[in-house]
Amino acid sequence: MRWDKKHLLGIKELSCEEIETIFEAANSFRELSQREVKKAPALRGKTVINLFFESSTRTRTSFELAAKRLSADVLNFSASSSSLTKGESIVDTIKNLESYHPDILVIRISQSASLYDLSKYTNASIVNAGDGCNEHPTQALLDMFTVREIKKTLRNLKVLIVGDILHSRVARSNIFGFQKFSSHIKVCGPPTLIPYEFEKLGVEIFYDLDKAIKDCDVIIFLRIQKERQKVSFFPTLREYVENFSLTVERAKRLKEDCLVLHPGPVNWDIEITSQLKDKLHPLILKQVENGLAIRMAVLYLVGTVK
Amino acid sequence: MEKFREKAKILDASSIKRILYRLAHQILEKNPQLNDLVLIGIQTRGVYLAQRLKRIIKEIENVDLPLGILDITLYRDDLTTIGEAPLVKETKIDFDVKDKVVILVDDVLFTGRTVRSALDEIIDFGRPKRIELLVLIDRGHRELPIRADFVGKNIPTAKEELVEVRLSEIDGKDEVVILEKNEVG
Repeated sequence: MRWDKKHLLGIKELSCEEIETIFEAANSFRELSQREVKKAPALRGKTVINLFFESSTRTRTSFELAAKRLSADVLNFSASSSSLTKGESIVDTIKNLESYHPDILVIRISQSASLYDLSKYTNASIVNAGDGCNEHPTQALLDMFTVREIKKTLRNLKVLIVGDILHSRVARSNIFGFQKFSSHIKVCGPPTLIPYEFEKLGVEIFYDLDKAIKDCDVIIFLRIQKERQKVSFFPTLREYVENFSLTVERAKRLKEDCLVLHPGPVNWDIEITSQLKDKLHPLILKQVENGLAIRMAVLYLVGTVK
Repeated sequence: MEKFREKAKILDASSIKRILYRLAHQILEKNPQLNDLVLIGIQTRGVYLAQRLKRIIKEIENVDLPLGILDITLYRDDLTTIGEAPLVKETKIDFDVKDKVVILVDDVLFTGRTVRSALDEIIDFGRPKRIELLVLIDRGHRELPIRADFVGKNIPTAKEELVEVRLSEIDGKDEVVILEKNEVG
């Protein structure tokens, strides 16, 4: 399968074949990271700019290391230290960076679905590192890649996503991704954090975690993003934990081979009880490793397309 | 209408087999110290040829040589100009190449660019004592100062022609053919 996409703006626009192409490349890149010299010259001479209008450490460092392992030159540009605080507009910032002739812009931004419009102001490829409440494609790709590695398939799985569905671009990207492989998606959280429109996405909505966890092959717990909740969507954290946290008791009722994923960083004792840390942390750390391979694959693919 | 048609069949299954036995003996003749000898095949057909050489050497000397798989895609010198991302295949070298004699195996030696990429990639894995190149077919037209240490057969070709090595592992049968551009098409 040939890759011909210049940008990666979302999972929604990808075909199953394109997703498989990314996975195939990611497989090879995982091997590269185990060599003594963890570097290949695939993107030598290319410039990658990490343009983070919203703060992020994990995603940015993962993209940064991915670009460096492919020999690209990397520039990190974050909102807190940038001219945005001096009042420069986003478009002006991009036009300004365009003077450096970058090849790939990895962008995180708070405005949902704004990247297509921004692509008009640059000749570079754009990779979405999270745009508002819209999509976070590389996170969903690494979730799917991790599931595929262990389950050997993505087809006909029962996938549950728990937590703040409303603000979650991770949830949306995963819904689009898993649905492409005919997997069944359930979402669960407080009613205030599940948009009513999600029914139209063809997902099954639960407000009761004990009912939702039945027969699941995969459960993705989302991080409670305190920074996004300027107004309260649930009365107290304690009530949230009681209703939506993975406890030892609930874990006993999961299928033997059910995978528990989390995009990190985990708020232990909020999304998942710390009593399960020894058991569940290894897979969550594997997601981090796979995230690097997925991001190398994405940068390689969009970076070599003319 | 196909763009290329078969011009001539250069080798059949039995001649490929005889050549591989000869090449195996040549490797052993030149490298009597078997303990530091390793094989690395270049994806895709170089890997199958390396596997066959490994079997033949096992048959002759009763020694199992380590076998590595190399995909040179990320080291190509035309990655940024071809305009599409070629598929990256598996690379698997699960032994240390440091101080080893590496027999690098490929099916056809043409411009030499694949071999250049492979040399750079192997050296990123460690510093071998020596790298020797083995190819089934040398068809000339080098664009880099590279030559093979072991050659199955030299075939003079025109630059526009294609040499196709077909191996039973993926192509269903063993043969080497020259293809030329189809004028009618």
